[in-house]
Amino acid sequence: MGSLLFNVFALFTLIAAVGVVVNKNAVNAAMFLLLSLVGMAGLFVLLDAPLLAFVLLLVYAGAVVALFLFIIMLLDLKAENRRVVAPTALAGGVLVIFGFSGSLFKILQGFAPGKSLFPPLPTTVEDVKRVGMLLFQEYNLPLQIMATLLLVATVGVIVLSKRELR
Amino acid sequence: MSLNDYLLVSGLLFAIGFTGVLVRRNLIVIYMCLELMLNAANLALVSFSRFRVAPDGMPDYHGQILVFFIITVAAAEVAVGLAIIVALYRARQTTQVTEINRMQY
Amino acid sequence: MAAWLILLAPLVSAVLIWLLLKSSRALSSYVSVAAVGLSFVCSCVVFAGGDFTVSFNWIDFGPRLTVPIGLTIDALSKTMLLVVTGVGLLVHVYSLGYMHEDRSSSRYFAGLSLFMFSMLGIVLANNFVMMFIFWELVGVSSYLLIGHWYEKASAADASKKAFLVNRIGDFGFMIGILMIWALLGTVTFSDLEPAVAKLVKDPVGNAAILSFLTVAVLFVFMGPVGKSAQMPLHVWLPDAMEGPTPVSALIHAATMVAAGVYLLVRVNFLLVAAPMAQNVIAWVGMITSLMAALMATQQNDIKRILAYSTLSQLGYMIGAVGFGAAQAAMFHLFTHAFFKASLFLGAGSVIHGMHHEQDIWRMGGLKNKMVPTFITFGIASLALMGLPYVTSGFYSKDAILLAAANKSWIFLGLGLATALLTAFYMTRLFVVTFLNKPMSDAAKHAHESPLVMTAPLMILSVPAVIFGFGGVAKWFNLDVPHGPDPLHVPMLAAAVFVWGTVMGWFVYRNRQSDPIRIGLFARKFYFDELYDVLVKLTQETLARLSAFVDKYLIDGLLVKGATTLAFSAGFVLRFFQSGNVQAYAIFFGLGVILLMLLAFR
Repeated sequence: MGSLLFNVFALFTLIAAVGVVVNKNAVNAAMFLLLSLVGMAGLFVLLDAPLLAFVLLLVYAGAVVALFLFIIMLLDLKAENRRVVAPTALAGGVLVIFGFSGSLFKILQGFAPGKSLFPPLPTTVEDVKRVGMLLFQEYNLPLQIMATLLLVATVGVIVLSKRELR
Repeated sequence: MSLNDYLLVSGLLFAIGFTGVLVRRNLIVIYMCLELMLNAANLALVSFSRFRVAPDGMPDYHGQILVFFIITVAAAEVAVGLAIIVALYRARQTTQVTEINRMQY
Repeated sequence: MAAWLILLAPLVSAVLIWLLLKSSRALSSYVSVAAVGLSFVCSCVVFAGGDFTVSFNWIDFGPRLTVPIGLTIDALSKTMLLVVTGVGLLVHVYSLGYMHEDRSSSRYFAGLSLFMFSMLGIVLANNFVMMFIFWELVGVSSYLLIGHWYEKASAADASKKAFLVNRIGDFGFMIGILMIWALLGTVTFSDLEPAVAKLVKDPVGNAAILSFLTVAVLFVFMGPVGKSAQMPLHVWLPDAMEGPTPVSALIHAATMVAAGVYLLVRVNFLLVAAPMAQNVIAWVGMITSLMAALMATQQNDIKRILAYSTLSQLGYMIGAVGFGAAQAAMFHLFTHAFFKASLFLGAGSVIHGMHHEQDIWRMGGLKNKMVPTFITFGIASLALMGLPYVTSGFYSKDAILLAAANKSWIFLGLGLATALLTAFYMTRLFVVTFLNKPMSDAAKHAHESPLVMTAPLMILSVPAVIFGFGGVAKWFNLDVPHGPDPLHVPMLAAAVFVWGTVMGWFVYRNRQSDPIRIGLFARKFYFDELYDVLVKLTQETLARLSAFVDKYLIDGLLVKGATTLAFSAGFVLRFFQSGNVQAYAIFFGLGVILLMLLAFR
């Protein structure tokens, strides 16, 4: 059951990701990103992290992808007429990808503990409570810093997108 | 399922995202690919969190906290990055990286 | 107290003039004269008193090295004090007139005061280190005074030459001091004397130690060779005549150049312990005296003739030290100081009266125009030539010749030849300058100098005559012991005096130009030319070498190498700066892969 779901979600995620990369039209690419994120959320659930799956969907699918679409509309980008990729860039990209994947396989092959199954968990997973406790106790300061970061980002975006900077 | 399966998916996702960053010319699409790479990292973190079970039998939630923060930072980053793209588009009327090459010798 | 006052009065004067009185020429000259006058009075007081030593420890490194600053008052230094301050006072007074029209006479008097300070320091020093310090100070003040008219290129060159040549000697002197300290463990003269005596008596390892001592003494002797202008470092003294004439009289005739002789007399006990060194010293002195006399016969500049004559007489003194006759050397130093100062001041008076004409072949007939100068110059000349039984120069020269005769007949021969030449060239100078017909307009219209200049001349003529008499000399602690005299040296000296004078008289009487021309002597045995070549050779080799190092090693390899490296590295690396972000990302990705492979090997 778990194995089947994992294969489905994993394939779904990867294929959608490939769709992002190869799509000529930016709007379609954004839609594939959305699909990929949904698959990712499924994987999160399989990993017993429903809270994060939820947050991912909310923040990424709800906010980030919407923002992408918004900007694409704003800039009124056409689908690219020319070839999407330059041949030299493609060659470099392929080189990097194969090198990366190759070394990844090699490393994972040598990583013996990762080959065993995940240990079983108690039936109830109270991750909302646990994450919340950690977040507001141990990670309180980083949380505040993060809040400040968001504020700074907000102000920065407003400044950047104002037409008259001075 | 084993940890290695998830890590493999994570790594492939990262590789696909990186390929996009390397080969695409549209800045906005490059940005989306960056998001894919960030999510690959998230997946790896969550699977490690599940893999490393605490003494009380629960997953290690510290990893999940980090994912939480990554999602937040990514949101902020997207907002700022897209604003920069808009400003750039205003200045140069393009979102093609090959045309934004003033910084050379 | 008086002893310290002697030393410090000129220093105070020099400092005062340099710091405060530079703008006031008259005031600074009076301060300088007053200071040297005070020194002179104190010297007389000290001279009348007994011997003593005052000293305090200056550098104290325990028993291995203690350097005191101390003043020795004994028979030797008392006499020398009188010479230095006495001649110094007269020269100062004379300078009042001679430098009257000089616009920078403040600087001159400051230099003169500094010189008096350092010279008196040499005279009073009770150890080698202190003497060396003042030795160097004397060199500096001499440099300052020779270069007083530094706008004149020849004066500037002469001062540089004097300083550099003296450096060579001083360097050897320093090595000698260090060697003596290494051998005997002390630098104080009074401690050295018993130490040397002990060393000589000690039979163990005697030969090696004594040869070390001989070498040390020869190094010490390099100091006097430089300062007293002996061969082969004599070349600076004739050029030093570019300085003002009173300076030539005081520094380059009477006192400073005699400092070398004084030093040798002071450390005579060292010389006695090293007979080899003594021989070398004797030879150097006698050869210098003969060669300088030969050169003097062919010079035309009145001051240069006197300068070579000084060289020659210094050679006598050094030679006398080498014969072991330190007393005779001191005696000659004493008499020579007065009559040579008188000669130089007389020459200065002549030059002053001739409006700075120095060529004797443009003078002549001055006996009627400058009577006091003529008379005093004549007396001093006779003293230098050694007019028998009447002048001081005869007695002191006689003492030296007697010592030479007791040493070896060669030295006596050299000494007599020098005496003959001395009589000859002084007659030449005197006849051409004063007795012959005027040879230029300036000579026809020459005028006598003011009293402030002639008075010192007259005063100096007195000691030029009387200071040789036995009683007077004894009074000045100059009791010269007479050895056996089988050859009747005074007779021989008188004979060569007559011979030289008569020869000079007949050769130069009523001549308009020099009938004798010997290039070798006129060109000073080509010493300057030889040194020029030598210096040029070594200098050029060194310059070429350092030019090579600079051009190819430093400029080529280091400087240009570094720039070329940076440039070529940049040239290669800039091709990576394509401006294409994705190209950077590819490099970045390759780097990540490399790291992965390295980390998970």
